[in-house]
Amino acid sequence: MSKNSFVIAVYVENKYGVLTRVTSMFTRRGFNIDTLTVGETEDPNYSRITISLSNEKTDRAQLINQLKKLYNVKKVEVISPDMAIKRELMLIKVKNSPDTRAEIRDTASVFRAKIIDYSADAMCLEITGDTNKIDAFIDNMKPFGIIEMCRTGIVALERGPESMLSK
Amino acid sequence: MRLSGAEIVVETLIEQGIKTIFGYPGGTVIDIYDQLYRNSDRIEHILAAHEQGAAHAADGYARASGEVGVVLATSGPGATNLVTGIANAYLDSVPMLAITGNVPNSLIGRDSFQEIDITGITLPITKHNFFVHRVEDLADTLREAIRIAKSGRPGPVLVDIPKDVQGAKCEFISAKPVEKKGGVPADDADVAKAASMIAEAGRPFIYFGGGAVRAGAGELIAKLADKIDAYIGCSMMGLSEVPVSNKRFLGMQGMHGHYASSKAMAKSDLIIGVGVRFSDRATGNTSKFSAGARKIQIDIDSAELGKNVDINLGAACDICDFLTKLIDKVEAKQLPNWEAKIEKLKGQEAEQEFTDFLPADAVRAVSEIVTPDTEIATDVGQHQMWVAQYFGFEGKRTWISSGGLGTMGFGMGAAIGSSYGSGKRTVLFTGDGSFGMNLNELATAVTYNVPLTIVLFNNGVLGMVRQWQTLFYDKKYSNTTLNRKTDFVALAESFGAKGYRANDLESFKKAFADAYSQEGPTLIDLTIDKDLKVLPMMRPGGTFDKLIIGEEAEE
Ligand SMILES: Cc1ncc(C[n+]2csc(CCOP(=O)(O)OP(=O)(O)O)c2C)c(N)n1
Ligand SMILES: [Mg+2]
Repeated sequence: MSKNSFVIAVYVENKYGVLTRVTSMFTRRGFNIDTLTVGETEDPNYSRITISLSNEKTDRAQLINQLKKLYNVKKVEVISPDMAIKRELMLIKVKNSPDTRAEIRDTASVFRAKIIDYSADAMCLEITGDTNKIDAFIDNMKPFGIIEMCRTGIVALERGPESMLSK
Repeated sequence: MRLSGAEIVVETLIEQGIKTIFGYPGGTVIDIYDQLYRNSDRIEHILAAHEQGAAHAADGYARASGEVGVVLATSGPGATNLVTGIANAYLDSVPMLAITGNVPNSLIGRDSFQEIDITGITLPITKHNFFVHRVEDLADTLREAIRIAKSGRPGPVLVDIPKDVQGAKCEFISAKPVEKKGGVPADDADVAKAASMIAEAGRPFIYFGGGAVRAGAGELIAKLADKIDAYIGCSMMGLSEVPVSNKRFLGMQGMHGHYASSKAMAKSDLIIGVGVRFSDRATGNTSKFSAGARKIQIDIDSAELGKNVDINLGAACDICDFLTKLIDKVEAKQLPNWEAKIEKLKGQEAEQEFTDFLPADAVRAVSEIVTPDTEIATDVGQHQMWVAQYFGFEGKRTWISSGGLGTMGFGMGAAIGSSYGSGKRTVLFTGDGSFGMNLNELATAVTYNVPLTIVLFNNGVLGMVRQWQTLFYDKKYSNTTLNRKTDFVALAESFGAKGYRANDLESFKKAFADAYSQEGPTLIDLTIDKDLKVLPMMRPGGTFDKLIIGEEAEE
């Protein structure tokens, strides 16, 4: 992930329509989301929305204040860059041919990507890592012909023994 | 007690101390209306002419009474007609509960007859909203909605109730009225920092807004000003919180603010913002706004701190608590140089000739006739600004005007609501354009014999827009000359209200004295010139150094 972005974790009540409320605030106040992931947490009452945003374009204090005002939002935390462990997952489908097969395999093994589906014409690979690594992998796959790809966006945790929810 | 959802709605409102609600019936709220009928001795329902009028009435009721205003409407068009009223309450932080019916759960999502996703539509203009899936959640949802509406920074909350939930039954246990959550207490360190900034300041200025009105902070503001020799100004939303007779109060700020007030804030070296968001209309170019002054901002809503202008100290807390502690902590000061500067500005203001013209005189005349606790409502346009500038507000919370949204058509509904909220005669100043938007509520006023006197400044134009066209669009009057043939006196009479015609100060005073002493609604059509201007004027995005004060801008 580039230096120009930051990640926030938003804990919200695990209820119908809450994601809309959060994202609608972003639209209305003109905040631009780079990536967004949502999922359950250790406490089933809360979901966690992990959002990455560009640093330059975002008034961070205003964003956090506005998020905190939303009724269903329990907690908002900026993940401090030095403490953050950030990962993304990508599935990518590339063209497969006898000439390129070996090279794709080699590249995959350098990046520790897994081949998860295989046919004579196409290969499907899975890769996890930080954003830079995934970007680099895409660049390496381009010459083979990318058929389709899909990235999850960033999930992130802070190092250390605590849970953000109980912090 | 096992009650139906519709019964629960009415019982919960009564339990929460709601005595008056405004609304309009329809298919998906007919069960609730049935219960209102059966309980008409316990809760009063005012039938408006249009849901927008009902929403503005709930808004006006809340502003005048300080309580939560409640509006009820049916699904589909009933609900969408509320939207402007809800947005208006949102931008002015007015506590409001909007209840809508919706099609039964089984029909939701199928584009059924009069089905509208009103929680979706109102998402960005409510503090929060709820869709009630189950009757078991209904009572608590309504209670929570009321709590949210009045807690912290107030605002509108909408509760959408599908029809099957209104018919379903469950156990109802009545509860106490919900307490509003106030702001957090002031932080001593912030108070100390503010006190030291004041100690260093030579030209302190207190600038307050609607937040100070909601908190009732007027007396504390005056006390602080006395102690530190500061002068006071307010945003349009702050009007009536500090009486104009207070010598330190210089009046309104902003695009059409009072001359001395705007100039004094521009010259000050410390601005203490109290419950005010430094909106663009009030500050002009926010990046150039009072660049030389340090700024303190005190607001119950932390998201307001530094949102529009950069500040040196922000405190998100209960305003009154902060001011009380600050008055205690701060050293008294005397600043004769500052006083001399202000006196000079006041002198300059008094010399300007643009204060003497018919609508200004009419506003001043009303000011002298009515009791100080009279609610003064307005619509939006030049007439609104003239009232803001020339009315001598002495009673707290007597200014009922649409600030943030600037909603033409707000006046009629709001004035009716304000009469209910205050239990007294309200005076509405409106314009021929604005009145045209919701004059149907005259029917409501007549039906309920609402004590309301309407002063219509009839210039035959959309005066405020025309003024911009005069100043910035080369006098090309595109679509602002109304050319209507409406006879407003005959119109008032046809609705059943008493009408008066006036065209100069004498005839106006006479008409007003009579109109004000009647029982029900009255309307005075005052003909005024179409080329009058609201002055001074700061250019949109301009600064207070260069105001338009006559034909020319200041150098
Ligand atoms: C609903 C709505 N539509 C348009 C406007 C834009 N607007 C602001 S003031 C104004 C003219 C108001 O005319 P009138 O009520 O006659 O008041 P006057 O300025 O003439 O006193 C208009 C069109 C608005 N504020 N609200
Ligand atoms: Mg007009």
